[in-house]
Amino acid sequence: MGKNETLSYTEKEKSIVDQFLANNVLFLGPDPEIMEEHDIAPETAVEKAAKKKATDPAMLALVRDRLQAGTNESFEMLEQMGAAPGAKWGDLITGVFTKSGDLAVSSAGGVLIFAAVVHHPIKFIMKNWVNDKTVGVKEGDGFIHNDARYGNIHNTDQSLMLPVYWKGEMVCWASATVHEGENGAIEPGGMPSLAESVYEEGLKMSPFKVAENYELKKDLVTFLQNSVREPKLQFEDMKTKLYACRRMEQRIHACIEEFGLDYVIAALRTGLEDCKEETKRRIAEWPDGKVRACVMADSTLRENALIKVQCEVSVKGNELICDFRGSSPEFANRCNNTLLSSLKGMLAQLFLVFVWPDLPRNQGVFAPIRVITDPKSALNSSYTTPNAQSMMTFFPSFSCVQLAVAKFIYSTPQKYSKVIAPWHNMIRTFIWGGITQHNEMVGNLCADLNGMGGGARADRDGEHAIAPIFAPMADLGEQELNEEEIPFIQIVSKKIMKDNVAFGKFRGGQGYQMIASSIGSPLWGFMTCCIGSKVGCVPGVFGGYGAPTYPLCKVKNIDVFEIMKDDPGKFEFDIVEIMNNKPFEGASYTTHHTGLQFELAQRGELYMITQGSGGGYGDVLQRDPDLVIRDIEEGLLSHETAQRMYKLVYNPETLVLDREGTEKARQAERDARKKRGLPFKEFVKKWVKKEPPADVPYYGCWGTDRETIYAGPHGGVPRTTMSASDIQPIYMPNPRDVRIAELEAKIRELEKNS
Amino acid sequence: MKIAMTEYLQIDLETEKWHCRVCDHDVGPARENYKEGLLVHARDPREVHKPILDESYEFTFAPDPKWVQIVEYYCPSCGTQMEVEYLTPGHPPLYDMEFDIDALKKQWKKRGAQDVSKLAGPEPAGVDYHSHKSAGHGGR
Repeated sequence: MGKNETLSYTEKEKSIVDQFLANNVLFLGPDPEIMEEHDIAPETAVEKAAKKKATDPAMLALVRDRLQAGTNESFEMLEQMGAAPGAKWGDLITGVFTKSGDLAVSSAGGVLIFAAVVHHPIKFIMKNWVNDKTVGVKEGDGFIHNDARYGNIHNTDQSLMLPVYWKGEMVCWASATVHEGENGAIEPGGMPSLAESVYEEGLKMSPFKVAENYELKKDLVTFLQNSVREPKLQFEDMKTKLYACRRMEQRIHACIEEFGLDYVIAALRTGLEDCKEETKRRIAEWPDGKVRACVMADSTLRENALIKVQCEVSVKGNELICDFRGSSPEFANRCNNTLLSSLKGMLAQLFLVFVWPDLPRNQGVFAPIRVITDPKSALNSSYTTPNAQSMMTFFPSFSCVQLAVAKFIYSTPQKYSKVIAPWHNMIRTFIWGGITQHNEMVGNLCADLNGMGGGARADRDGEHAIAPIFAPMADLGEQELNEEEIPFIQIVSKKIMKDNVAFGKFRGGQGYQMIASSIGSPLWGFMTCCIGSKVGCVPGVFGGYGAPTYPLCKVKNIDVFEIMKDDPGKFEFDIVEIMNNKPFEGASYTTHHTGLQFELAQRGELYMITQGSGGGYGDVLQRDPDLVIRDIEEGLLSHETAQRMYKLVYNPETLVLDREGTEKARQAERDARKKRGLPFKEFVKKWVKKEPPADVPYYGCWGTDRETIYAGPHGGVPRTTMSASDIQPIYMPNPRDVRIAELEAKIRELEKNS
Repeated sequence: MKIAMTEYLQIDLETEKWHCRVCDHDVGPARENYKEGLLVHARDPREVHKPILDESYEFTFAPDPKWVQIVEYYCPSCGTQMEVEYLTPGHPPLYDMEFDIDALKKQWKKRGAQDVSKLAGPEPAGVDYHSHKSAGHGGR
């Protein structure tokens, strides 16, 4: 516009243009107003009026308990009736949301993070579909959703949301979410690590109406069934979720009949407000200050790379801020990006499950907590970046904050849970897909991902294979039941590997071994999706060590079922024995990082992994010698490690302790530490480098300068630096292309020399 | 008054100093990084997480020393290992705990002495970890 030109719009013209634009939105993408907000919605006039009338705190508590019971009941229903492996073993949740969309009550069991992100799609529906004449929202409608960009973890989880009415007026929402697994992505099972774009990640459902008059619309169900590899599962679980929501609706109606509408609306709202206030009060009990943590993710699930998660948690009065600036840039063509809303959902769960488990499980608890990230970083990724494996960056983020929390709460007079080292944070399990023994195409995963080792606590060891970080009350599943449905067996399962643990005064809980092998299928394959094979991703706390690293082991070109038939004594039920003794002639034995893209497995070939350990707590030399002996007795620890790490002196035959000898050995080690340790300044002078190692692909800031972001080198692309405020997405060359280029260069060299 | 801030570190609010909780060694000013008063040693991670599989394999359950080193912090007086960091080789140590000492003093003025018996946190309600009684016990 030139200097002499003036605006010539009249007010009337402006309003016409505004109206035209409002009526002709070309694309209702994820709404930043909704997606960037996690605070509870402003109080509505109806809520205000209800709160004025419903004032008896005992009655409000009673209503909340009834609604809680309703969500628990529908959770049980969903778990019993759901077809997805995730549904059967607790990877689901049910919740009641306010009319505005805030999560007000969620079931006591299940994956809280699912519910903690569903407020986004409900708010999207309220904003866009209620008054849209082509959609509308009325009693009996059901809406489906799975696209993380509209509020979810990743699109393997599907939600069904039901508006609840009373006498023609909308009162609130009920929602059920299940890790469904299969979603029609480029790889079976719903969590494609091969995907290079969002369009390869399978179904991406923005919130849309899929049911009317409490019935699923057959045309849409058919479309969705055609979009995934498990059409029966898609249909069954849509029905199950719809009826779980209806059960919550029944319970809400019963509450309204018994206590009145005002009490129900007021109970939902005050629960949120009270929790928000209580959270602020509890934060104010923490010491003011800053705690910093850093965890390196070591893979994009296709290539190894050091992907930094940088975190500074600060507390001032009743304010708590999680600041992730300086973390890795986003990856344009890899699936490990996290959307900001997913990150917040995961952190909300940390506070609700691990820090204040006594608080009602609602959105108010996380409302006062702020999260800061660099736009276009791997923790606040763009609309176009794939995100099916967001866990690969937001699980380490969870661990950073969990570590920081331990340092903040240690001194506080009142705690609501144990001081704990970071929980294991990776989904070490098999995703599988192919044709079953019943001639059906399937794609899903083993519930063994729920067997994460617990972090060591301030006064006791972590528990083995106890629960995933995202669902404290999930189950591991029954392998025998799986085998009736899917064509592979776990030849070894629930067996703990020696020394595979985070050491400390209190050790982390360990995970167990899994040896899987396909049988009875014409076409079957496995994939795994974990970081942490080169660099551990679970830190310890207060001098305790972190978890070790975990590889994928394979034995190929063999049929162990034939060996078991002919020479059963040859089969060894242990990964270490098999890999180190190589008992099967002619087989290939290899190890890999645990980002295995879907791979066909022949009958009797072995795919072997272990679950992981939680972090260790405290100095190894303070571990009670009796506990070390117990670990040896229980087969958790080798003699070599007991002596090397814990400096235990004992009779290895009888396990009789030499307490005095142990103390002497430990004192000798303390003296040795003092000898080998350098004063801090001297150490820094010797150790610190200006930049990341030149040959290590490194993504993120270096040291205290969070403004300069390093990226690379990788696959022939040299290292670059960029400003954190102007991040350029990283494109990772396909390792196959990199390998081809290397081989072509070699051929050229050979041709030149000949 | 000394306030336990971690398993091995406490802050003396009067002198504004970090102290070792094992031997009471004066680690340094509480307004500064406690690590500056400790001894530091970087280790090959395979010394701690020893390869479980034969080392001819690419991945062995042991971290890759080119990608990560374990940096240990010891009390210079008693040798207690107070902190461990897993760092990319050459990465500066984190200034991990930077507390506001003035606010801390104010906070504890209202509280009285710290009850160290409660530092680990509460037992989960309804669970009796130490009893194996078959009936009438407090467990679930």
